[in-house]
Amino acid sequence: MEALVSKLQVLVNNGPALLKGTAVTIELGLTFFVVGYAMALFIAMGIVYGNKAISTLLSGFSWVFRSLPAIILLFIFFYGPTRLGINLSAFWASVFALGLRTAGYQAQYFRGGIQSIRSGQLEAARSVGMSLPKALYKIILPQMFRFALPATANEYAITIKDTSLAYAIGVVEVLQQGSFIIAREYNPLAIYVTVALIYWIITRVGTRFFAYLEKRYRIPGFKVSGFKV
Amino acid sequence: MTAVLKVENIRKSYPSEGEVLRGISLNLNKGETKVIVGPSGTGKSTLLRCINRLTEPDSGKVWLSGEEVTRAGNPDRFRPKIGFVFQHFNLFHHLSALKNVTVGLTSVQGLKKDKAERKGRESLEVVGLSDQADSYPAELSGGQKQRVGIARAMAMDPELILFDEPTSALDPELIGEVLEVMIDLAKKGMTSLVVTHEIGFANSVANEIIFLDGGVVLEKGPPEEVLRNPKEERTKQFLHKITELYGE
Repeated sequence: MEALVSKLQVLVNNGPALLKGTAVTIELGLTFFVVGYAMALFIAMGIVYGNKAISTLLSGFSWVFRSLPAIILLFIFFYGPTRLGINLSAFWASVFALGLRTAGYQAQYFRGGIQSIRSGQLEAARSVGMSLPKALYKIILPQMFRFALPATANEYAITIKDTSLAYAIGVVEVLQQGSFIIAREYNPLAIYVTVALIYWIITRVGTRFFAYLEKRYRIPGFKVSGFKV
Repeated sequence: MTAVLKVENIRKSYPSEGEVLRGISLNLNKGETKVIVGPSGTGKSTLLRCINRLTEPDSGKVWLSGEEVTRAGNPDRFRPKIGFVFQHFNLFHHLSALKNVTVGLTSVQGLKKDKAERKGRESLEVVGLSDQADSYPAELSGGQKQRVGIARAMAMDPELILFDEPTSALDPELIGEVLEVMIDLAKKGMTSLVVTHEIGFANSVANEIIFLDGGVVLEKGPPEEVLRNPKEERTKQFLHKITELYGE
């Protein structure tokens, strides 16, 4: 009982530090995810609708960033720009490393989404006089987002925890904060379990949000084979 | 009187299929309905697609009310004036029936939302789907989908409508409701060019039947002539087959 109280005391005392770390984790997670999502949109468009050169180049980009471990990308983006005389903070190095990586994956989900829309819809949009960009914006993108949602939710659940790797290049996110506390107080299990709980909450809230989006943007009558018959 | 549509010597070839259109010409005056028939693979759909440049013809010219559609440059400004009804409907899956009809009005013609909706509802009424305005394509039958497709084309106030086998993808008992709408439109004076195997439709509303075979116009004339007394042996054979399949 006394042991438990002392453990709780440690958590309470270090609560502000953990919360600060959590805030950094959320900030980093949301920033790289949004940056990656936006980039993926252009990459997917370029892969599907670009000319051969653009399509090949962007496919290659997506392929490279899906082939490298996140931790190596973090080191490259942390040490690389400095060599070139560019001063990039650990936070922004992480945003680029993780953002480009998730863009590589997300672009493939978008590509799949676009390619599951029958080309006839684009033809119909063009035939009423929409320009290609307008047709993509009005007809293709809204459906692509929907088709890609389940995979996007999955991508979020996977990559949001990659923010913990940023600790290797010195971003003081929640895991780093936890390590500081452990170093001071030596109470590894309680701290790691608490940090784990924080990741669980961040992941859970996010996936619930995507589940809400799926429901909100469900197309009436549009049943897929996942439905029970 | 300027023809609404003038097609002159359209040619189109594909690497895999060779020359599918080998110099097609035709005219369509205001209020006329012409029906194109012919065996599959003979370029009927390609011809329609060349008219609004969904497919670029290799050579030949298309004029819409005296303006050349095929001259270099962007075809977007002609397309709203050329309605296109597709064999597989091609409705926008994420939009309600009404939105399918109004999206062109708001995003291409720049109509205000309420004005577009009024016009959209009018078009849906013409095709008998007022009560389905808020349904989504996946909730509609094939016949209803195609009627939305026709309403979508009509709402833009086109100078002519191209129908590309509008009933070929439908169950036999759903064909009637679509043909009815098309007959209604033809009688109201909508200028239409229709690719179809529905000889009965051709017989009752077409001003001219154009028989396409091997990428050329083999024979054309008023329905009574082409259907009753075809001049070409090939036309006879084809009509015989079609009648066996679809009845009169």
